[in-house]
Amino acid sequence: MQPVIEVQDLTRVYYAGTVPVPALRGVSFTVEPGEFVAIMGPSGSGKSSLMNILGCLDTPSSGSYRLEGREISSLSDDQRAAIRNRRIGFVFQTFNLLPRLTALQNVELPMQYAGVPRSRRTALAKEALASVGLSGRLHHRPNQLSGGQAQRVAIARALVNDPAIVLADEPTGNLDTRSGEEIMAIFQSLHRRGKTIVLVTHEPDIARHGQRILHFRDGLLVQDERVAQPVDARDVLERLTEPAAPVNAEGVSAAR
Amino acid sequence: MNLWEAVRTALNSLSANKFRSFLTMLGVIIGVGSVVAMTSIGEGASSQVTAQISTLGSNLLTVSPGRTRGLPGMAFGSRGAANLLTYRHYTLLQAAGLPGISATLAEASSRAVLRFGKANTTTTVVGTTPSYPSMRDFPVALGRFFSNYDLERMTRVVVLGNTVAQDLFGDARPALGQVIRVGNVDFTVIGVMEPKALGGRDLGDQVFVPLTTAEKRLTGSQYVQSITVQATSPAMTSLVADELNRFFLLQLKDPEKFTVTNQQDILDTIQGVTGTLTLLLAGITGISLLVGGIGIMNIMLVSVTERTREIGIRKAVGARRRDVLIQFMVESATLSLLGGLVGLAGGAAASRIIARFSGWATVLSVQAVVAALVVSIGVGLFFGIYPAQRASRLDPIEALRYE
Repeated sequence: MQPVIEVQDLTRVYYAGTVPVPALRGVSFTVEPGEFVAIMGPSGSGKSSLMNILGCLDTPSSGSYRLEGREISSLSDDQRAAIRNRRIGFVFQTFNLLPRLTALQNVELPMQYAGVPRSRRTALAKEALASVGLSGRLHHRPNQLSGGQAQRVAIARALVNDPAIVLADEPTGNLDTRSGEEIMAIFQSLHRRGKTIVLVTHEPDIARHGQRILHFRDGLLVQDERVAQPVDARDVLERLTEPAAPVNAEGVSAAR
Repeated sequence: MNLWEAVRTALNSLSANKFRSFLTMLGVIIGVGSVVAMTSIGEGASSQVTAQISTLGSNLLTVSPGRTRGLPGMAFGSRGAANLLTYRHYTLLQAAGLPGISATLAEASSRAVLRFGKANTTTTVVGTTPSYPSMRDFPVALGRFFSNYDLERMTRVVVLGNTVAQDLFGDARPALGQVIRVGNVDFTVIGVMEPKALGGRDLGDQVFVPLTTAEKRLTGSQYVQSITVQATSPAMTSLVADELNRFFLLQLKDPEKFTVTNQQDILDTIQGVTGTLTLLLAGITGISLLVGGIGIMNIMLVSVTERTREIGIRKAVGARRRDVLIQFMVESATLSLLGGLVGLAGGAAASRIIARFSGWATVLSVQAVVAALVVSIGVGLFFGIYPAQRASRLDPIEALRYE
């Protein structure tokens, strides 16, 4: 089967004035359909640069990036916007919902740019919100939602155009352990339903929810690790609800 | 995204900062409001002046003695001797039977005291000829105007203006057939004119006697102040003007001794002047539209900076440059159009109020309304271009990182 993501000798160089600062120094890997991949590394490892390129927000300095077999590096701004719109779903650490729109309107936003007719848009958005358990919060504004709820709205928004990959950049970074684990449970259920998920994090316990971890350091892919026994968020949540279980279990230490 | 959705989005964003949006609109409100008020007042004034001149009669050409300076027909500053035209010229002109002339009129007015019993009044006595009522569009209400017979026989008959009739006779007594003293001469009242006013001047405050009678019995002067002819149609007026020039040059031997003015020239001049004034006022107030537009640009630039993150989010979920461009252009156009609508309402109200207090008729033309709205949308679009381009060119990564 054709890989969803195919990255070959990817580099990205920024310039501080005239001084070149390499952020990615030749990275190659592939992601197959239905994989749940975590990208890990400390700050400055190049994982954000990689994320921007994978999300078609940025273009590589050299090398090739194929999304569903299509070369991205040579596309125009507007073509990349169309790919972001239809083939990529973003989930950000800071949620990035529009504060003046309701949950429903936020989820409708990508479909607005895709030109989906209004009635169909609303129906699809409601469906997506229901799938993340927010049917009761359709007309709430982001500031009327908890962090976990806001992130679920963001996930609904990411899914609504049925993208090829969901790119999540530190999606649990602004959440408490429990909400974070709930978000991971949603990602895992998406994965079970066949979605391809790429998740960037610097927390090993979050990374262990995936099947595979790509370790980055200094702009290079240093280790491609298969996770034998991914953490199941449902188990962790169950343990969190047990009354007399202070900080000791492995799932809880994920709270940093 | 279709246009209607873009407008809804724009209204939503604008309502986030209602007071700021209002202040931004103020420039356009004042600009459009004053343009609308000015043009409606200007057009009203112009149509009123035109209407007033038409009440003097139509297709008229006037021959006056001496040379007039300044605007054609505006008889300020006549130079040279005034005593050049006489009743003889009138009769000669009638006898000449020039083509294109349907009627001729001579006038010489003076002031006199009128007496009837104990009542008396000082008024203008116009010595004129029988065609006066029809040429001046000033009909007789009661009785009759004097005839050519009266003119030839120098009969002592008088036709009163309605105000004079009121002053001398009141409501109770009929004026017709009464004998009044004009100066020291007795005249029989044979008619009373309809009420008429011209630009606030009461034309009822004068009386009319045959020109010949006035010469012989009242003023003792043979000179007339003007001879007026009526052309058969507006198209004939310039031809008639040429004929009059030729005729009077032959009679008076000197082009400096008389002036022929065409009523149409006066009308054109006045309309030209009011048109220019209206344009000038509209132009000056149009500058405030420019200022308003700059205000919109300024606020839109602030708005783009404030909403950098929103732009980043929109771009991340798939907004193209064009989508962002349109969003901000529609926003500034909406802002400006709302301002235009409010300004239009304000300007219309202002012109109504001015109309009520000044007594001028004001005209709010459809063209002015359409122009005001088109211009305000245009201002919004034009001054929205630069901020919208700034927004559309933002780098999504930078924009998402913006705090």
